[in-house]
Amino acid sequence: MREGYEVIYQKPKTLTDNKMHYCPGCIHGIMHKIFMEVVEEMDIQEKTVGVCPVGCSVFAYDYMDVDMQEAAHGRAAAVATAIKRMLPDRMVFSYQGDGDLAAIGTAETLHACNRGENFLFIFINNGIYGMTGGQMAPTTLNGQKTTTSPLGRDKKSMGSPLKMTEMVTPLDGVAFAARVSGNNPANVRKAKRIFRKALEIQQQNIGTQFVEVVSNCPSGWKCTPVESMDWIVEQSIPYYPLGIFKEPGK
Amino acid sequence: MPAKGYVEILVDTCKGCGLCVANCPTQCLALKQDDTNVFGYHYSYMSDPDKCIACMNCAVMCPDSVITVYKKKS
Ligand code: SF4
Ligand code: SF4
Repeated sequence: MREGYEVIYQKPKTLTDNKMHYCPGCIHGIMHKIFMEVVEEMDIQEKTVGVCPVGCSVFAYDYMDVDMQEAAHGRAAAVATAIKRMLPDRMVFSYQGDGDLAAIGTAETLHACNRGENFLFIFINNGIYGMTGGQMAPTTLNGQKTTTSPLGRDKKSMGSPLKMTEMVTPLDGVAFAARVSGNNPANVRKAKRIFRKALEIQQQNIGTQFVEVVSNCPSGWKCTPVESMDWIVEQSIPYYPLGIFKEPGK
Repeated sequence: MPAKGYVEILVDTCKGCGLCVANCPTQCLALKQDDTNVFGYHYSYMSDPDKCIACMNCAVMCPDSVITVYKKKS
């Protein structure tokens, strides 16, 4: 360090030193980092348990230095339910992509929310199946081209993209629902505050916490990371508005 | 006048995504066009170090957490 200077930002100690396998510029890495910053700041590393999905973030346990459990495709909500019920003093979260949470795992997700299971869903929505090569997901935007919707998603035959946050918000079991993004520094800082709020609500044991992240997939969208952030602003956020949809006392 | 801050970038874990460059308000970062790291990426470096204001935007946006930000003590 140069003389007369001090460190004001560095990688949180709750992230491992393993090199992440994500493509350059993928928001997964940003979300891993800020969530682990919250875990570090709240001093809950020893009592946090995460559940990984199937999808690009299948190896999240290699990066987040907390206890983690891998779940079968789409079943993270069921596994997180079991962990939280057996170990109620732990802070439990699932980390799932849209192929996992909003396609094969829709039933588990909705029922866990409806039962009001006291854990945090971190839902990374990039509107595509990134890991398997860019196929259409339930969350793919209308008109968006993917390898399985080469002419663009057609609303008539394929339905419109699922708005998961709007779907879970009215459920009695849900205590907190919000949608954030990682497309610019202001939104990343906001997302971090929302993760913290969600975990504080978990400590109050009053219902499920659901945080959707409007994410990117430069590889699947076939653009540069910087272009993908512009695309989020122009295409994703107009359909998936950001904000807090539900919070206790409001 | 010495810069308000500076950043250190881990060359060999940088993937050259360019998010730090795009989000730096004072344009003091760039991707090294004439060199690559061990993985073949054009890594980020301080091309204009005097301009850094220690805002942390670059490090906040870095998906691979390779940036450490330093600020001048007041
Ligand atoms: S395929 Fe897409 S979502 Fe998966 S790591 Fe690469 S950019 Fe991220
Ligand atoms: S701290 Fe701010 S001004 Fe300095 S390099 Fe990073 S983004 Fe640029």
